Amino acid sequence: MSTTHVDMAERKVVHDERVKERNRVQRLLIRPEMGALLGAIVIFIAFFIVAPPFRSPEALATVLYASSTIGIMACAVALLMIGGEFDLSAGVAVTFSSLAASMLAYNLHLNLWVGAAMALVMALAVGFLNGYLVQRTKIPSFLITLGTFLMLQGINLAVTKLVAGQVATPSVSDMAGWDTAKAVFASSFTVLGVSVRITVVWWLLFTIVATYVLFKTRIGNWIFAVGGDQDSARAVGVPVTAVKIGLFMFVGFSAWFVGMHYLFSFNTVQSGQGVSNEFLYIIAAVIGGCLLTGGYGTAIGAAIGAFIFGMTNQGIVYAGWNPDWFKFFLGAMLLFAVVANNAFRNYAAKR
Amino acid sequence: MTATVERPEHDAPSGGKVPLVELKNVGKSYGNIVALKDICLRVHAGEVTGILGDNGAGKSTLIKIISGLHQQTDGELMVDGESIRFNSPKEALDKGIATVYQNLAVVPLMPVWRNFFLGQELRKKSFPFSLDANAMRATTLTELSKMGIDLPDVDVPIGSLSGGQRQCVAIARAVFFGARVLILDEPTAALGVKQSGVVLKYVTAAKEAGFGVVFITHNPHHAHMVGDHFVLLNRGKQKLDCTYDEITLEHLTQEMAGGDELEALSHELGRKGA
Repeated sequence: MSTTHVDMAERKVVHDERVKERNRVQRLLIRPEMGALLGAIVIFIAFFIVAPPFRSPEALATVLYASSTIGIMACAVALLMIGGEFDLSAGVAVTFSSLAASMLAYNLHLNLWVGAAMALVMALAVGFLNGYLVQRTKIPSFLITLGTFLMLQGINLAVTKLVAGQVATPSVSDMAGWDTAKAVFASSFTVLGVSVRITVVWWLLFTIVATYVLFKTRIGNWIFAVGGDQDSARAVGVPVTAVKIGLFMFVGFSAWFVGMHYLFSFNTVQSGQGVSNEFLYIIAAVIGGCLLTGGYGTAIGAAIGAFIFGMTNQGIVYAGWNPDWFKFFLGAMLLFAVVANNAFRNYAAKR
Repeated sequence: MTATVERPEHDAPSGGKVPLVELKNVGKSYGNIVALKDICLRVHAGEVTGILGDNGAGKSTLIKIISGLHQQTDGELMVDGESIRFNSPKEALDKGIATVYQNLAVVPLMPVWRNFFLGQELRKKSFPFSLDANAMRATTLTELSKMGIDLPDVDVPIGSLSGGQRQCVAIARAVFFGARVLILDEPTAALGVKQSGVVLKYVTAAKEAGFGVVFITHNPHHAHMVGDHFVLLNRGKQKLDCTYDEITLEHLTQEMAGGDELEALSHELGRKGA
């Protein structure tokens, strides 16, 4: 193994001589998120033309907020999908985290931060359980997490009714730790006279960190490898089980993060929330260029996918259309995105 | 017709050097099934040892023993003249014995350079210790060009390379990460004539660079082109052990196909053709 220490100075010369610089435009075009980016621009221009209220900076802030709560989760779900797995329990895991934090702090008379910390442990445990079961049983994660999805949904409803006596948790806005926690998870700040929610910042941070991890660290390399071909990855010494469990736990962490935002934003939590959101996260990741089969995709793509979701969600309202059509547009866009991404990828493969 | 050596001498001429890997009367039984019996084999630096055999001859079992996946039940495995028992592929790797399996252990969608360094990524020396992508690209390119593989761009997904090129990348990777003995499991099995040529050239290059190569195949033509030393397995037993000078391609082919059986077969087919 000592041969791994090579004279890099010498190698680089060779590198510069031999590598033909690939056409920059072409290189850009074959990025996984390219289709999504073009789609986002088209949708932005379309709403900009048809919906006058959409043009205001306030509207952009609203769109970004709608995108951010989906985007934080989409980022984690995208990493998991690149790692070759699914998590259908991601939507209810968000509600599970906020319910846990709220009820633990309220009923045990704890500081909200302590409740939040306990909820974090539980959210990570759910992620670990998902990952462990998938790796241990070799059953597709679609089925395993479908199971945990239903179980969490049941727990959310049953435990809330049992503890709180109703389907929503009591308000926690007068408890210790509320102000600081709200500042972290659910505050707003003003940029050029426009109020922007802090989740937008967190969303961008999640995306930047995930992108760095994916492309600039060995863990990122391993994520692509376990998603692309886990047997090959194992054969060359990649810790497949650890990587996959880690990815599920990251989804758990993100669910906790978004759950805390909802808790400190609304101060009570409806126990039935979050169902079917898991599909929005997957849709955002897929629109952003992630392959369902794993091993391909980017975090930036997922962010663009979430932004498309936010734009459409708000844009329909600003355009004065009947919001009942929203799901139709979302579905149409998903279909279009999948076809377009496929075309881009085939184009890339031919080069 | 009787050049076949049923039981080779243990101290057959080997150039006076200590073999990198030597098998002495190695046998392997799975329960009451004897998969291998009395195999004697030497792998020298700078030599290609061709292991031939039809399906079920025991080739896979043999490489699994040398690569540390299985342990022999009889006989001795020697590395650098010392008796040793591998408990895992990792231990074999540490001794410089690397196996390139048929599925190659590559991830098709990942770029060539990421595949090359997968599991052993180079990182920058300073915080935040991110991947040293340029060094890895450059090293991959150099290592591949050393062995005569001309890739203009190591950023293409490895799945877009031809089968022969992929095989060569997998071999180059094993070489780069410190292998002295290369075990190639049917590297030409799924390849066309031209692609096989690429791999065979690479095998010769590796041999000339001083590696001990174990070349497993059921194609006597390929084995005869690059081999210095041939071992023929049949139903778990060693049927032949000879050097390049001692055997012709025709003879090797005939032995491989089971000698008399082939004659009978060609006779039969010849009649049909007439």
